[in-house]
Amino acid sequence: MTDFRTPRSRAQGLGAAGHGVSHWIAERVSSVALIPLVLWGVFAVLRLARSDYEMAVAWLASPVNAVLLALLAVVSLMHMHSGMRVVVEDYIHRRITKAGLLLLNLFVCALFGALALFSILKVALSGGAY
Amino acid sequence: MSDVSKTIRARPTSPHVQVWRWHLTAITSIMHRITGVALYGGTLILAGWTIALAFGPEAYASYMGLLGSPLGKLVMFGLSFAVFFHLAKGVQHLIWDTGLALKVPAANAGAVATLAFALVATVVVWIIAAMTGAL
Repeated sequence: MTDFRTPRSRAQGLGAAGHGVSHWIAERVSSVALIPLVLWGVFAVLRLARSDYEMAVAWLASPVNAVLLALLAVVSLMHMHSGMRVVVEDYIHRRITKAGLLLLNLFVCALFGALALFSILKVALSGGAY
Repeated sequence: MSDVSKTIRARPTSPHVQVWRWHLTAITSIMHRITGVALYGGTLILAGWTIALAFGPEAYASYMGLLGSPLGKLVMFGLSFAVFFHLAKGVQHLIWDTGLALKVPAANAGAVATLAFALVATVVVWIIAAMTGAL
């Protein structure tokens, strides 16, 4: 099959002048937000590692803890979605495999984000009633 | 009309990785990506913790039992190193993004600082965990 497209038309919109900038910036913005969130998260894990169920529920009932944990989860998921997307785009070149993995990456991040947010809200608002 | 597709040459390829001496900057760059992928799993473990908590005491107890098992502790140890390494290397990348510290000596110093911070912070966190009874 003869390809009548010129090199320019093939490249149009794909290079640095295209849409990649917002993706790049979003990855940096989320990484800046994650610096304090992750440091807080480490101390939270240290505390929660010696907590039983009641203590963990009481911890998550605090508005500050609930909101920071929700932010940590959501921003981490956004950041790791961007990162894994780049990894897939770098190493996987078969189009159908690449598309499948990119979809899987998005769906896994969205699913776990929704599950984590709902779970945090449920525990924080109900005080652990189940 | 000339056939434009014949004018497209094969894209230039990078020099082969095996003919290059390993640099600290290259090693930490690859480790940044590996720790990032590891933290993908780590974030899912964190999300799993919130889900287990929402499912109730039994689910929470078995999830914490899993994390507290020898294998669970090994995974948590690896993840704690991955967190600190990815954090430090990420900060170096943010500094690079501003155009600073790109010269080889500065880049090498950043790689050393990244490794040192990750190792020290990991050890400190596990000492704190041992002292507070979190182990």
